Amino acid sequence: MLRLSGWCARTALLYLGAGFLLGALMLFQKGVPIDPALLRLLPLHIEVALVGWTMQLAMGIAFWILPRFSRGPSHGNLMLGWLAYILLNVGVLSAGLGQWLGAPPIIPLLGRVIEMLAAVSFILHAWPRIKPIGT
Amino acid sequence: MPRLTRWFIKTAMIYFVAALIVGGLLLARSAFDWPAGIAALTPVYFHLLMVGWVTQLIFGMLFWMLPRYSKEQPRGNERLAWAAYGLINVGLLLRAIGEPWVTLQPEAGAGWLLAVSAVLQLLGGWAFIGTAWPRVKER
Repeated sequence: MLRLSGWCARTALLYLGAGFLLGALMLFQKGVPIDPALLRLLPLHIEVALVGWTMQLAMGIAFWILPRFSRGPSHGNLMLGWLAYILLNVGVLSAGLGQWLGAPPIIPLLGRVIEMLAAVSFILHAWPRIKPIGT
Repeated sequence: MPRLTRWFIKTAMIYFVAALIVGGLLLARSAFDWPAGIAALTPVYFHLLMVGWVTQLIFGMLFWMLPRYSKEQPRGNERLAWAAYGLINVGLLLRAIGEPWVTLQPEAGAGWLLAVSAVLQLLGGWAFIGTAWPRVKER
């Protein structure tokens, strides 16, 4: 497995663990109330589960299994891949924690913009690798 | 394809259909002016889709395709992975029953179903992470 894919997969698994924990806290609260503030975890739970876990894992696996190049760097421009990894995680934390902590709305908005830039960086890396094998 | 992967994927497919049926009910409520109580299924719909279908499909594929743990144990701790399968599915089913019940009849005393569901799903998710983590190996 490519190093970048390993980092994406491990980080995604950490987000998965966090997502299950946040979800469990809210579900427990619905059934056996402990602290109503737990229900405010919802935006963070959604951010962590959808972007931190699902999208990051998909990106990590794509870096690993998309067709390679027979000439030049076999996995293409991995700098773009690393940039996508960093931007995605900065974005998840800004958007998720920003909403949970009640930060000024510009912070989660910036987080979302950074996630979008991560998507662009990922696409710029992956686009040329969507090709027949062996070319 | 390993047996557990087949179980994960086939179960995920059943949840996919179940989620879309629940999603359809939610839309039909607005279209046909059905009882407002149906809206209590909204969080169940999202979790049937995201945990039952998407996450469980991913778990099945990861259990199959991640690099081998060792020659003796190519898929790592298989018991833990089976435990993850059982815990997540029992937990999700309890949620599907308990969440609308608690929302519609808060006085029925069914809150414990949600608490048990929360703990089971948490343990199931963490159990899967425990099996997958050592198999994420770089060259």
